[in-house]
Amino acid sequence: MTERTTRDVIVIGAGHNGLACAAYLARAGRDVLVLEAADEVGGGAATRSFAEGFRVSGCAHLLYQLQPEVAGELELAKFGLETAAADIATTALSPDGEHVVIHGSRLEGRVTERDREGLSDFHDRMMRFAKLLRPYLNRRPPLLVNNDATDKMTIGRLGLDIRRLGRAGMQEFLRLIAINIYDVLNEHLDTELVKGALALDAVLGTHLGPRSPNSLLTYIHRLTGETGGRPGAMALPKGGMGRVGEAFAGAARAAGVDIRCGRAVQHIRVENGRAVGVELAGGDTIAARTVVSNADPKTTVLDLLGPRHVETGFTRRIRNLRMRGNAAKLHLALDGLPDFSGVDRNALGGRLAIAPDMDYVERAFNPAKYGRWSAAPVIEITIPSVSDPSLAPAGRHVLSAVVQYAPSRLEGGWSEERAAAFGDLVIDTIAAYAPDLRKQIIASELLSPADIERIYRMGGGHWHHGELALDQFLFNRPAPGAVQYAMPVEGLYLCGAGTHPGGSITGAAGRNAATEILRREGNS
Amino acid sequence: MSDTATSERVLETHFHSRTAEANYRNSWQDWKGYTTAGEYTAADLEYFAVRNAAGVFDLCPMTKYRITGAEALPYLDRLVTRDMTKVKPGRVAYAVWCNDAGKVIDDGTIFHLREGEYRLCSQERHLAWFLDAAVGFDVTVTEETDEVAALALQGPTSCAVLKEMGLTGIENLKPFGLDHFRFEGAELMVSRTGFTGDLGYELWIDPGHAELLWDRLFLAGKYLGVQPIGSHALDLCRIEAGFIQAGVDFLPADEVVRPGRARSPFELGLEWLVDFRKPNFNGRRALAAELRRGSTWRLVKLDIEGNKPAHHSYVYAGRRKQVGFVTSAAWSPVAKANVALATVQRPAGEPNSRLFAEIYYQREMHWSRMMAACQVVEKPFWDPPRRRATPPANY
Repeated sequence: MTERTTRDVIVIGAGHNGLACAAYLARAGRDVLVLEAADEVGGGAATRSFAEGFRVSGCAHLLYQLQPEVAGELELAKFGLETAAADIATTALSPDGEHVVIHGSRLEGRVTERDREGLSDFHDRMMRFAKLLRPYLNRRPPLLVNNDATDKMTIGRLGLDIRRLGRAGMQEFLRLIAINIYDVLNEHLDTELVKGALALDAVLGTHLGPRSPNSLLTYIHRLTGETGGRPGAMALPKGGMGRVGEAFAGAARAAGVDIRCGRAVQHIRVENGRAVGVELAGGDTIAARTVVSNADPKTTVLDLLGPRHVETGFTRRIRNLRMRGNAAKLHLALDGLPDFSGVDRNALGGRLAIAPDMDYVERAFNPAKYGRWSAAPVIEITIPSVSDPSLAPAGRHVLSAVVQYAPSRLEGGWSEERAAAFGDLVIDTIAAYAPDLRKQIIASELLSPADIERIYRMGGGHWHHGELALDQFLFNRPAPGAVQYAMPVEGLYLCGAGTHPGGSITGAAGRNAATEILRREGNS
Repeated sequence: MSDTATSERVLETHFHSRTAEANYRNSWQDWKGYTTAGEYTAADLEYFAVRNAAGVFDLCPMTKYRITGAEALPYLDRLVTRDMTKVKPGRVAYAVWCNDAGKVIDDGTIFHLREGEYRLCSQERHLAWFLDAAVGFDVTVTEETDEVAALALQGPTSCAVLKEMGLTGIENLKPFGLDHFRFEGAELMVSRTGFTGDLGYELWIDPGHAELLWDRLFLAGKYLGVQPIGSHALDLCRIEAGFIQAGVDFLPADEVVRPGRARSPFELGLEWLVDFRKPNFNGRRALAAELRRGSTWRLVKLDIEGNKPAHHSYVYAGRRKQVGFVTSAAWSPVAKANVALATVQRPAGEPNSRLFAEIYYQREMHWSRMMAACQVVEKPFWDPPRRRATPPANY
């Protein structure tokens, strides 16, 4: 195959952020090549076929933070993005069958009057803070000590926005920003089941328990998103998350981006302190004026670039990034719709949560701190085939569960056997709420964090390419020296979830990175 | 006494039995956790031994690292600011290493012992930094401070002493060269290096042979004026030579708390150690930016009128404008000059320019103050031709 060996821009990785970045750069007239190691585009935005006729979102399975700016500008709907179920509710499963449905600030089920008021109050506060932070997701994070006018404006505006909350609001914001969700939920609510399910949202995809500092920030961050114009709402994408990845790829291709799958980048090439291109597995080299990495910061610096091209202090900060994943993924192919006792069919099309109380979640986290999995894991379940029958053969269903905690650095390491053993434990945990589940299983797989790291190339199997916590947030993300997408090596940029504003399917990191690249490298 | 307290007892060097015997003043100092002599008999006499005969200084506490592996050279080249590819086996290089911001963490000497095998000596300890710098390199860094016994032999008769001791061919060793000799069944490494600005050598041997080395050195030097010297005498020598010291003339960048207190190599008169022609090194980007923008500080050597040492003096440009401060000062007996190292804010301190030092001195309890005129000089106060002569004259 003959290939042009010089490009304006090479993007490493066809994750959704890489594709977004590529699309924006191509629209600005750049000749962009995206190199993806896997055989499919999308990265973590993937649909996985794990049994004959059964498909499921392989990694993330819910959309709640896709930025409307990105979706609109890239016309993702035109390229196949469609929701199968919008604004879905969460059913908090109770061992005694007295489940509670949580839908935004509304509760259905056996709860107290204080719960109803408390949730509404809690929800309002959280939405207010989420709304405050929201505009900053689509902006370059400012450097604190800098003479740059844009940065000064951003910091000034953030200060002003916080000031505008009023005295009480500002005090509350500053009180809550680093607090744990455990204490705050106890301030507002009575019913453990509700608190447990809300706490689940705060800790999903992190190395935090509800009592860990910062666990409220992760909850607020989650609410900064919106779907279908509804802030904080969740949706199931039609065709699985892979369709989202394909939509991004479609937008990129339409903008003129050249996407090549099955082409793993081995090294980022550096000459005279400047990134000049990449070397592929196999030895081919492709030159480019700008190299953008959609890989996580650790992989980018330690593996692709090599620490020798950056400074020791910077290497130290990158190595110290906290990115140990704790989430495993369970996929079940079922010969019928599972019967969760006390849950109606309608609710099965939404989200089911196994987090009966906050102490349950905290206890599930405890062993993860010491490299062991939870004996009683926290589980977020979707049955996407309820709203999207295309994912399974007629009459059959597919279940997708995010399971915590399964530490990436499991004592003794992950193996196929151990993943299967943990999968068994997870199935038993779910079967406690759906007694006939085991009989319905046609096929199953458990993706451990090690599998997720391998398949989706996420360092530490961490969904967000690094903990989303205050020390790795905004102007600290991923680490000083690479905060504004530009790396210390000239011509090299980051555009993935490891950068601001972080993980989930957002497209914001890719869009922000493209804006910054065009600003720094000139609008040629 | 608790175990902790016991474990914190100041250590003794491999020469302690000998230094203790020689220490008539019973004058001891804690140098990096080791018991070392401040002065053995009298600091002045020890100083004159270095300048007129030879002095022996126990340098065991000097922090030492062994750096080996296939990528030891690229590792060091990324670590320090100078071009290490030019430092061939058998050579020694003075070097500084910087943090990301281009500020000096420390200075030291790097010995290219054999192909791909190095020893780095420094005042401060840096293992954490050196190990983090090793990420991504095929290199091994180990601390070996206590595994090597080291002595400095400095002064005009030093070469003669070593010849007398049987080190055949030592006179051919060039400045900043090193060589290996057999010594009583052990390997003795000798480098022509030192901290006195004079003819001198440093001797490195395994600790088991330390005392024997000391004894043989003094035996060989019996008629060549060899004396043990303490840190007071050495400090005077190094100021005369214009050598800066970490913790005195600059602070290690990883120890300062206040912004602006660390120094770049350009601000320490060490621009000759920064080589932008080589690939990436720690601090490169920041130093390139500083070169474009201009540096803030300048380290200068001052020749001060009068004979009152300018310890800790403020330095003025003109009578009123304070521009800096003295970090090291001494009356130099050999140069017959009142000398100092000072830090001044640019643009002050141009070579040959005139500054003033505000000197406070005490006479019978009463303090006096003088504004002493100073000349900024470029050359070290003491730099005899014998320092570089190979072979050195046979004193």
